[in-house]
Amino acid sequence: MIRFTDVSKVYPNGVRALTDINLTVEEGEFLAIIGLSGAGKSTLLRLINRLIDTTSGAVEVDGMMVNRATGRQLREARRKIGMIFQGFNIVKRMSVLSNVLSGRVAYHPTWRTVLGLFPEPDKQIAYRALQRVDILEKVHARASELSGGQQQRVAIARALAQEPRVMLADEPVASLDPITTVQVMDYLRQINVEDGITTVANLHHVDLALKYATRVVGIRAGRIVYDVPIKGLDRPQFFRDMEQVYGRPIHHDEVLGEA
Amino acid sequence: MEQIVVPKKHNLRRNLTILLVAALIIGSARFAGFSIVGTLSGILRGGRLLGRMFLSPAWSYAPRVVDPLVETIRMSVVGTFIGALVAFPVAVLAAENFIRKPLISRPLRFILNIFRTIPAMVLASLFVAVFGTGAFSGVLALAIFTFGLISKLTFESIEAIDYGQVEALMSLGANQINVLRYAIVPQILPQFLSYTLYGFEVNVRAAAVLGYVGAGGIGQVFEQNLSFRRFDRVGVIIILTFFVVLAIDFVSSAIRRRLV
Ligand SMILES: Nc1ncnc2c1ncn2[C@@H]1O[C@H](COP(=O)(O)OP(=O)(O)O)[C@@H](O)[C@H]1O
Ligand SMILES: [Mg+2]
Repeated sequence: MIRFTDVSKVYPNGVRALTDINLTVEEGEFLAIIGLSGAGKSTLLRLINRLIDTTSGAVEVDGMMVNRATGRQLREARRKIGMIFQGFNIVKRMSVLSNVLSGRVAYHPTWRTVLGLFPEPDKQIAYRALQRVDILEKVHARASELSGGQQQRVAIARALAQEPRVMLADEPVASLDPITTVQVMDYLRQINVEDGITTVANLHHVDLALKYATRVVGIRAGRIVYDVPIKGLDRPQFFRDMEQVYGRPIHHDEVLGEA
Repeated sequence: MEQIVVPKKHNLRRNLTILLVAALIIGSARFAGFSIVGTLSGILRGGRLLGRMFLSPAWSYAPRVVDPLVETIRMSVVGTFIGALVAFPVAVLAAENFIRKPLISRPLRFILNIFRTIPAMVLASLFVAVFGTGAFSGVLALAIFTFGLISKLTFESIEAIDYGQVEALMSLGANQINVLRYAIVPQILPQFLSYTLYGFEVNVRAAAVLGYVGAGGIGQVFEQNLSFRRFDRVGVIIILTFFVVLAIDFVSSAIRRRLV
């Protein structure tokens, strides 16, 4: 579903964020990416929907060379790729419904979406998406009135409204408390399992990766240094492996605990 | 308790500054022909004039002030509206975080800066010379003045938005117009409306004097009465204008407070 071939990324300011990344994510996988802050996790994720450009190599999503797509082609590729963020990034001054409907903009001519004229089937898609994350009762609320966990659920609903094949999550729970963290991760897993949406999530807490992912990739200084399926992996072994990825013992705040 | 002794700050620089400023003031006063005696007699004359304006204003003249006052407000409304309407797209193009075409935004910002430095009064005199006296010239002057003011404030607002919301929209396949509609406009609309109202407040005040150069509105009536030395009528005009401007300021800033 997603394939990186010899991908490197050097930012315009000269920072080398990723080096020689080769990675294939199969359809339906739940991939967790872990690594120190600054290791290149966000960079990797943002190459998948071309929020940033690759410096060299190829990124392929669902058969399309995303790193070469532009204009309409790129927008059509992005339409199939949902993304949620640490800061939620929903539009606070709009209603929950408008936010979720905005997930449909790439399916319609611009004049329609500018006027906010989404057809009834789109509204049904939006309602269903909100129902999936148990927040349908807030459909007419202003997004800014919601708590962090609720805002992230609206963000997930917006991504679901895209009817995506791939879901990207850049530290989706880093701004949430432990209880809402588990809720949001549960929704992500549910969507991954029930809809078969390939999921790639950057996670700060290594035990969340262990609990939710089907495969863990560790990045250190822009290189993949660890790539293991979770199935059959035991906890102590996993934590020993993580110390390799981090180059030091796991910190207290890198484990959520009782997850 | 023991006294703390701090060495005196040496004041050479401050003293030099005071000296320089004093020299500048005196120099320019002389250059402008300022004299104490002249000022005092001026104040006396002014006092007598004020007496004629405000001690017995010609209230019977008030109904004839209404129309030009309404015209002034209308000029401000139309001028503000046109200015704001043009300012919005231009601000979008001038903001450097969205379109990201320095070849467009740089020259645009330069032009906007020039626009903002021209006082409405100067624009009005210019347009009166070109298009003749009347409200049209006034409206045009106000529109351009408002345009300069609002476009600058708005592009600065656009540059201060939460870019995460823009990225989120891009990530789901939105084109730039969609990004504008769903990520930028919701964030800046309250500010934009607030700037527009502020522009309106400024314009009402500016419009009140624009007539002085023949650009329509209450200023024109003011100027006529002044030239006929009808100070009792001038008093009425000033009083009514004052209260209208005050009322508009009051209402408008009350709305603005609720906007942002
Ligand atoms: N827009 C950018 N411009 C320049 N350097 C960047 C940019 N974004 C990230 N970097 C740098 O690239 C490296 C990887 O960053 P990132 O992918 O955000 O890491 P992570 O998500 O693992 O914390 C870091 O050294 C970071 O400072
Ligand atoms: Mg990151």
